[in-house]
Amino acid sequence: MAREKVLLPPFQALVDAHWRDVARLARALAGPVDGDDVAQRAWEKAFTAYPGLTSAKNLRSWLLTITAHCATDIHRARKPQRPLDDAPPIAVDGPEAADWPDPDLWQAVNALPERQRFAVTLKYVGDLDHHGVAAALDTTPAASRRLVSDALATLRTKLGVEDD
Amino acid sequence: MTDLESRLTRLTTPGLKPPTFPDADVAYTLHDTPIGTLLLAVAQGRVVASSFGDEETMTTRLARAVSPRVLRQPAALDDVRRQLDEYLAGRRHEFDLEVDLALATPFQRIVLSDLPVHTSYGHTTTYGRLAGEIHKPRAARAVGTALGANPVCVVLPCHRVIGSSGALTGYAGGLDAKRFLLNLESKS
Repeated sequence: MAREKVLLPPFQALVDAHWRDVARLARALAGPVDGDDVAQRAWEKAFTAYPGLTSAKNLRSWLLTITAHCATDIHRARKPQRPLDDAPPIAVDGPEAADWPDPDLWQAVNALPERQRFAVTLKYVGDLDHHGVAAALDTTPAASRRLVSDALATLRTKLGVEDD
Repeated sequence: MTDLESRLTRLTTPGLKPPTFPDADVAYTLHDTPIGTLLLAVAQGRVVASSFGDEETMTTRLARAVSPRVLRQPAALDDVRRQLDEYLAGRRHEFDLEVDLALATPFQRIVLSDLPVHTSYGHTTTYGRLAGEIHKPRAARAVGTALGANPVCVVLPCHRVIGSSGALTGYAGGLDAKRFLLNLESKS
């Protein structure tokens, strides 16, 4: 049986609707220096893959997943230069970071283990549900829920905020 | 949502940069002209649209008919814009552009593709005469419908086709636009 042709919207509609979300997420995941690079790479990958998509559903989630993968790639590529695995992956004290809001929160998020940091960022900055977070992290929604709740618990302790 | 969660959703930074792209399969721009805003699009160097239709409708049609990789890339339309501006200023009588009728139906292709042959600058013809030219003498009405949905307006001069009574009849860009184009051609 011939597969029904997928009716994809014009790519420009995706760019207009989601470029800010992708840019925001990329910076949150990869920091002020690499973030813009990650966003640009994510869009290039999406542009290449777009005509081959077999579904026009959840395009925003698809874009944010690509962004997360690009952030992981750049994070892994940078890793050998950093002796300590648990060092904050993002410099939040450089000049680029000067006008970033909520530095305490950023510092605390950046100190989380990588999977937790990605999960909590995808969930709240990316505004993805646990299915979306799970897809981006190649895991299950239940695992995503655990990663996010562990991350929130650590952040509460670090920032000294009450469980409200 | 807790306070902490809402703080996380606001984790953002100023000066976000929009992405840049290689050449799209379909590049388009919106071009303001004396006869209204035209959506101009090219695919592989050929003009696929010069239309009074709105951006969302036209780009969706292009995504389906040509490729979903449709992007607003004005630079790819520089030559088309220049030729249109010259034409609309009365300084150009023919377009040196290749056209792709991807948005047209098979019948529209028959009607539209030879329009520059069956019409000439500064002269009008009628729907009936054009129907005769394409060997469908009884299809004047269908010819009118095909011209009315011309996806490559101005470049394919459907404005030169009028009713046998001499009435302008209709135009996608409105009768004022049709009148403007016919006046322009009769003066130049």
